[in-house]
Amino acid sequence: MENEKYLRDISEIKQMMDRSSRFISLSGLAGVFAGCYALIGAVIARNILSEHDLDYNSSLNPEITTELFLVAIAVLVLALGTAIYLTTQKAKRNDQKIWDSTTKRLVINFFAPLFSGGIFCLVLLQYGLAGLIAPSMLIFYGLALIHGSKYTFGDLKSLGYSNLILGLIATQFPGYGIYFWAVGFGVFHIIYGVWMYNKYDRKSA
Amino acid sequence: MKNIISNINKAFDHRVRLGIMSVLMVNEFADFKTLKELLGATDGNIASHTKALEKKKYIKVEKSFIDRKPNTRYLATETGRKAFQAHLDALEKLLSTDVNINKKET
Repeated sequence: MENEKYLRDISEIKQMMDRSSRFISLSGLAGVFAGCYALIGAVIARNILSEHDLDYNSSLNPEITTELFLVAIAVLVLALGTAIYLTTQKAKRNDQKIWDSTTKRLVINFFAPLFSGGIFCLVLLQYGLAGLIAPSMLIFYGLALIHGSKYTFGDLKSLGYSNLILGLIATQFPGYGIYFWAVGFGVFHIIYGVWMYNKYDRKSA
Repeated sequence: MKNIISNINKAFDHRVRLGIMSVLMVNEFADFKTLKELLGATDGNIASHTKALEKKKYIKVEKSFIDRKPNTRYLATETGRKAFQAHLDALEKLLSTDVNINKKET
């Protein structure tokens, strides 16, 4: 009888610590969608390049650069939009607030490295170092995930490290950036999304 | 066994007080509204339990104004952190000895 109360106390403590410091409404399904968008985006980018008979490492003319840039932005907007939508739905279903101190902390800590990475990639483009853009995106995205994982599911950290390592490897294969990009942003997201969905979302749904 | 039970802290022997301390252990601070929402308790409830913890010097209260509205922040003190950790350790030990006893019986 007494022990039951202590057990309840411990689970209560754990729940309160998690609820107050981590954002737990992040949807796993959003990862799957983000991965699909990334794969579609990579295929489109690949087609744009082959149409012009270029590989990823060639110096790009402004027209192609703009096209690729638009594809990248479209993928980003779609992925973020879906993630925000699904996460809001999940928070509503679990009767949790979407915008509280845990969300704020996650957003700040995730976007600080990501935003620096975005600017850095634009700088690479400025100096014509297109071959390093895909690896840099992977590296900065990985760092953003590792940094952000402290404020949401810890599992995010493994996705971060995978992308970070993949990005570092990709620096050594400049012509194949787009394939590494497709694996990191596409395949890894889908695997991770399915894993998260099975672990957290399915039983609560 | 007696020793462990004496480490169970009566100050944390209530759901709301336990919750307040749990939140303050992992956060730098929490304001009144956050605590209220997290614990699903009433204003009066939070007020009386924070006061009890404050009296024990387990938490610190900081009052300030944000956009001219009064804002109350709660922080765990060093004493509070140590006391809560001791309480947690005691709970865990108690449960693990109980598990061991059950194992021996079966």
